[in-house]
Amino acid sequence: MADKVLMKGNEAIAEAAILAGCRHYFGYPITPQTEIAAYMAKRMPKIGGTFLQAESEIAAINMVYGASAAGKRVMTSSSSPGISLKGEGISYLAGSDLPAVIVNAQRGGPGLGGIQPSQSDYFQATRGGGHGDYHMIVLTPDSVQEMAELTIKAFDLADKYRMPVMLLADGTIGQMMEPVCFDLAIDPAPEKPWATTGTEGKRAHNVINSLYLNPAELEQTNIERYARYDEIAKNEARYEEYLMDDAEIAVTAFGIAARVTKNAVNEARKEGIKVGLIRPITVWPFPKAPYEKAAEHCKQIISVELNMGQMIEDVRLACNCKIPVSLCSRVGGMIPTPNQVLDAIRAAAKGGK
Amino acid sequence: MIKISFKIDTCKGCGLCVGACPKKLLRIAPDAINKKGHHPAEITDASACIGCASCAMMCPDCVIRIEKE
Amino acid sequence: MVVFDKPKALLDVPLHYCPGCTHGIIHRLVAEVIDELGIEGRTIGIAPVGCAVMAYDYFACDMIEAAHGRAPAVATGVKRSDPEHNVVFTYQGDGDLASIGTAEIVHAAARNENITVIFINNAIYGMTGGQMAPTSLVGQVTQTSPYGRDPKLCGYPVKICEMLAELEGPEYLERVTVNSVPNVRKAKKAIKKAFQNQLDGKGFSLVEVISACPTNWGMTPQKALEWIDSDMIPYYPLGVYKDRSANSEVAK
Repeated sequence: MADKVLMKGNEAIAEAAILAGCRHYFGYPITPQTEIAAYMAKRMPKIGGTFLQAESEIAAINMVYGASAAGKRVMTSSSSPGISLKGEGISYLAGSDLPAVIVNAQRGGPGLGGIQPSQSDYFQATRGGGHGDYHMIVLTPDSVQEMAELTIKAFDLADKYRMPVMLLADGTIGQMMEPVCFDLAIDPAPEKPWATTGTEGKRAHNVINSLYLNPAELEQTNIERYARYDEIAKNEARYEEYLMDDAEIAVTAFGIAARVTKNAVNEARKEGIKVGLIRPITVWPFPKAPYEKAAEHCKQIISVELNMGQMIEDVRLACNCKIPVSLCSRVGGMIPTPNQVLDAIRAAAKGGK
Repeated sequence: MIKISFKIDTCKGCGLCVGACPKKLLRIAPDAINKKGHHPAEITDASACIGCASCAMMCPDCVIRIEKE
Repeated sequence: MVVFDKPKALLDVPLHYCPGCTHGIIHRLVAEVIDELGIEGRTIGIAPVGCAVMAYDYFACDMIEAAHGRAPAVATGVKRSDPEHNVVFTYQGDGDLASIGTAEIVHAAARNENITVIFINNAIYGMTGGQMAPTSLVGQVTQTSPYGRDPKLCGYPVKICEMLAELEGPEYLERVTVNSVPNVRKAKKAIKKAFQNQLDGKGFSLVEVISACPTNWGMTPQKALEWIDSDMIPYYPLGVYKDRSANSEVAK
């Protein structure tokens, strides 16, 4: 049995990135994810990698842009306000078709907000976060083990589809410690003939660019990118169904909210309530299939989130509003308790909204 | 023997070469117009050119090429 | 025997710059230096937003277009990707470097990042049609200082070489111009040194080039070169502002 290491979620991300071949990390301090930068500061110099604390999150994302353009697996991490600062850079990564991994350990917002966990950047992440038509693939781990596994997956997806990939975590999973196994399959990064590594006098120059003053050309790049997004939606949507086969009520939640909800689902089952959990592992592309199925045999869906109701909109779209979808949430850094979710399930079971 | 040549259609008629020539041999063509609609630079007396390339150094568009046999 | 011709490191495409814009001269000097040092195959140029954003169509080496102000950060990412191999230069205007990108240039200099920065100071935002830049002179009329730049309203022009020279980090800072043949020669010497410093691993080298913008200064190309002498250079004195290796202290 592969040995396990007790580790914080944040550190598991950093170690997994290194395993995935990432040798360039550019960060900036912000609670609750600074452990990632601290970990990289210790490890990278020992393995011939680059750790650099940039002067701002804006500078950091642009350093990522440069290293990615030069063909490297590269990562940055931040939390909500820092991710807002990176918005333009992320749009440039998408517009230049550059792979990169961006970690957001979400915290309460808006504004300076708080440092407790939240999921209130769901819209920002799943709708791109910056200007223009584009998306990031957005992965949502709910354990330290998944923090590691999905980091590796993020690098694979970023390279495979040449685009930014976000690991949408939160302060809780980042700070909690759980045993994690790093005995994971690693695919080497693919060749990158498009990268700006120097022509060596052997080829015409490569240009990494997102400027197209000719509108027809710019339109074409958007159309091609969206054809790729359709591919991703078909192949890369990931989710977990828990006790959904005979469920009459479905609860849906990701990340820390899913951990809390699983407890409530188990309790409710003991009370004879047929309830199950749909847990998205990618929130972009949003996994429609489990909701379409649930709409056939469930009376309603409860969306448990740490925000004022964001994923709930995607859930309604996914089941075409065939059945009612209600919200059970806490915000500002408050985390719903299993009992709060259990009460919502009980109310739903009684037929109440 | 100095051979000076101009890429007529690249010239924007800015005149910086005219000011730079120590022998005052260059001028903006009073009537000729290139593809871009500019009056291109031209040399009035090629035989007097000493090949110093001052004109070429001041040209923002690499219009002027100079050879010495 | 060719005495003078277009350098190989410049692709054979027409430049979009206005007639008399000295971006074209500076592009050629950078390309001549790349040819002479034989480094085109390992050079990566970074052109951020500004008139020169389309430099990626002009230089034969690999090029990257960067967000406004962020070229020094992008350059850092590229340089750190393969420090022994990659020769990295940024080509930035004053709106880019001295306004939105001030933090990036200050910290790249403070880190003594081993990159070469070509900083074009023409005291105006050219691409967007002639607005006031942080380097616009007091009294200078622009689209956003229509009554002449008034320091009571928008402060004083920024002297980048002097500002960065206070930092411990940077290796080499020189201000040059290209408004005459002797000055073009001196500018090329400085640009070559700034690239050589990078090859020798000496660190952050920036050449500030006072450049003309006839269109937005509202002058003929020739008049613009004269305005550099009469108005720009008195406020932006030419010279070496830092040269750690040579340890020659510029008589301030």
